[in-house]
Amino acid sequence: MNITRRHVLLLLPAAAVAWKSVLAGTPESAPNYTMTDHWWGMLIDVSKCIGCGNCVRACQAENDVPDGFFRTWVEEYHRTDWHLDRPQVISPDGGKEGFPPVSEDPDGIYFFVPKLCNHCADSPCTQVCPVGATFITPDGVVLIDQKYCMGCGYCVQACPYGCRYIHPTKHVADKCTLCYHRITKGLTTACCEACPTGARQLADLKNPKDPIHEFLRTHTVHILKPDMATGAKVFYNDLDGSVR
Amino acid sequence: MSVLKDAGHLFRFVGIFVVLFLIFLVVRGFVVPKTFGEYGHYRAAAIGEIAANPLHFAGHQACAECHADIVATKAAGAHAHVNCEACHGPLEGHVENPAAVVPVLPNTATLCVRCHEASAARPKGFPQVVAAEHANGVACETCHNPHSPAIGSGSNAGGAQ
Amino acid sequence: MTGVEGYMYPNEIRLYWSILIVLYPYITGLVAGAFILASLERIFRVEAVKPTYRLAMLTALAFLIVAPLPLLFHLGHPERCYEMYFTPHDTSAMAMFGYIYLWYLMAVLLFEIWLDYRREIVLWSQQTTGIKRLIYRILTLGSSNISEGSLRVDEKAGWIVTLVGIPSAVLLHGYVGFIFGSLKANPWWSSPLMPVVFIFSAMVSGIAAVMLLYMALTKMRGQKIDMLCLDTVAKYMFYIFVIDFTLEMLDLVHRIYLADESFRTLDFLVHTKLYFSQIVLQIWLGTVLPLVLLFLVQIVKMPEIARKRIYAFCGALILISVFAMRWNVVIGGQLFSKSFLGYTTYKMALATHEGLLVAIGLILLPLFFLWVLLKLLPPWPEKSAHPALAD
Repeated sequence: MNITRRHVLLLLPAAAVAWKSVLAGTPESAPNYTMTDHWWGMLIDVSKCIGCGNCVRACQAENDVPDGFFRTWVEEYHRTDWHLDRPQVISPDGGKEGFPPVSEDPDGIYFFVPKLCNHCADSPCTQVCPVGATFITPDGVVLIDQKYCMGCGYCVQACPYGCRYIHPTKHVADKCTLCYHRITKGLTTACCEACPTGARQLADLKNPKDPIHEFLRTHTVHILKPDMATGAKVFYNDLDGSVR
Repeated sequence: MSVLKDAGHLFRFVGIFVVLFLIFLVVRGFVVPKTFGEYGHYRAAAIGEIAANPLHFAGHQACAECHADIVATKAAGAHAHVNCEACHGPLEGHVENPAAVVPVLPNTATLCVRCHEASAARPKGFPQVVAAEHANGVACETCHNPHSPAIGSGSNAGGAQ
Repeated sequence: MTGVEGYMYPNEIRLYWSILIVLYPYITGLVAGAFILASLERIFRVEAVKPTYRLAMLTALAFLIVAPLPLLFHLGHPERCYEMYFTPHDTSAMAMFGYIYLWYLMAVLLFEIWLDYRREIVLWSQQTTGIKRLIYRILTLGSSNISEGSLRVDEKAGWIVTLVGIPSAVLLHGYVGFIFGSLKANPWWSSPLMPVVFIFSAMVSGIAAVMLLYMALTKMRGQKIDMLCLDTVAKYMFYIFVIDFTLEMLDLVHRIYLADESFRTLDFLVHTKLYFSQIVLQIWLGTVLPLVLLFLVQIVKMPEIARKRIYAFCGALILISVFAMRWNVVIGGQLFSKSFLGYTTYKMALATHEGLLVAIGLILLPLFFLWVLLKLLPPWPEKSAHPALAD
């Protein structure tokens, strides 16, 4: 008896409704979304990224990201043909306001690389969480339960990609949710919505009709830090070997 | 028998252990969230809570419902694949209440150069100009319709080709 | 953006593990080390170190009480720490902490101290008055059986507890090393040697701490230092320090020889931001110098006063060195970017919940607890010679 009452108190009404909509699907907000039908990832086409910073601003607007921290950011690489392993990288304010123009370098190339949580299938961050406050959902999105996180920071240390941070006012771990509140409603992520060139594409690997499959078959695609064996699900097309 | 008696105090110590452990088990039954462990080692209800976060970007389909004309203009030009909110910003509020939330017209002086100011870092095929030389201070929309930027389609909606 | 050289991923610019996380392995290390010293007498029958046995146990307890506090202060939501006990994640090294800590506190340290002191506690509960009497009465757990037979049972049980305690102490601290060593994302930490290095440096620091406390307390009480005991303690400290140094050098040589993709970055770090704390403090002043001095004591005949001074000097250096080692691991591991393209700077806060003042308070707090324990359970043999316990 006691347990039931406590349970009702814990599941705030709004959350309970949303939970129902996720599982069963309600019209308009989440039409028949079933978690096990999806396996989410993202495709990033480096050759299309123009470094405008739209994705960074969109993410901050959509997800209330604190200043100075980033759920997604853009890096500008400059590598010369002499120092493949020593690129010069900048990301002023995460590339939020774009990048200062650069002129041609006869001895090297410039390019942009957008970064975000890789929503790894075997993620080191969820592995180390001592309490189960971060986890991968049945549809392949790594999320953080911010009502449960103690803010120990172990997951931040465990992420090889620097995608996590401790929220300065909530004092819990925070990172990209792959706009879970959008993709469960049939929308794309805020960063993909705002990307003007299609350099970022949300991908559902379980959907055989998703163009990601055709793309992966016809392009040379990489993931970041494959040696970390994290099962990263953010795929990069045309990625230079100097990118880390 | 006497050994057991002489070891009696040990059981008192162990007893404290056992009592504390039982208290722990009882408290645990009450404190662990109900949905914990439903899918894995986490609170399953958290998924629903995160899925219920508010929207800010409405998505291009929502725009098309009312602004079919502009979407048609856009579809015929080079900006066909640039979603409305890429330039106009997040407008879910406008979708929910079109009268109360009126979008601010973006300033083309800062908007266009974000993508089109020439830089060696941008992909080679991407249209770029050195704005200061190209426009000489003239506003971009004087010659280009942002919804269909090819010259000559400026004021003539849907005329790009 | 100040303090950044080269490129850091934007979320890496700020350090998430502060000085408190440096303190935490330092303090648990002292616990493990002090306990190992105590077990020398109990298990390995090194009778010479007997005068330090009880002091070592009480030191271990005093530091163990404080050990989780730096973690607690560091948490973003300390009020949620109970989750570690209620929903421990089986793949997380950190989740083990709560359980190993409680096991070590309850089943090993408290139990062993209680068994060792039980005879005195019962006697004190009859001899003292007032609040002290009440405390001792509670500590007897209602049993005043101190017959010949019961004390023999205590001795046997205590031996078993110590035997279980050694692997527990190794586990308590080894897993702290594992927390760092098992993170593949960070090449400065990721090493199977990490737990082993942590255990051996812990033993050295714990022995040094008990040795210094023994010297200081004996002096304060106006008693004569048992030189055989001190020499033996120092000898063991020296041997274990040699193993520790060998392991750390093995790790270093291994890294230099492998020279994997992180090497250039880490090498630069050690020669710049970590130069003072790693090369100067940890290796030369904190390790090589005391090793040479302790070695000289082993081979050269020296007067008592010289030995005492060398021991005190080396003990202090070792405590600094091991602290520097923890610092270099915890802070050093966060100063470089996981992109290997840049470095950031640690700006220690002063008066925040994880600032310098809290850290100083937390390092002094065990000494206060030790003072209380020494008042409550005086370890000095002359006050309570326990012939019944000597077999």
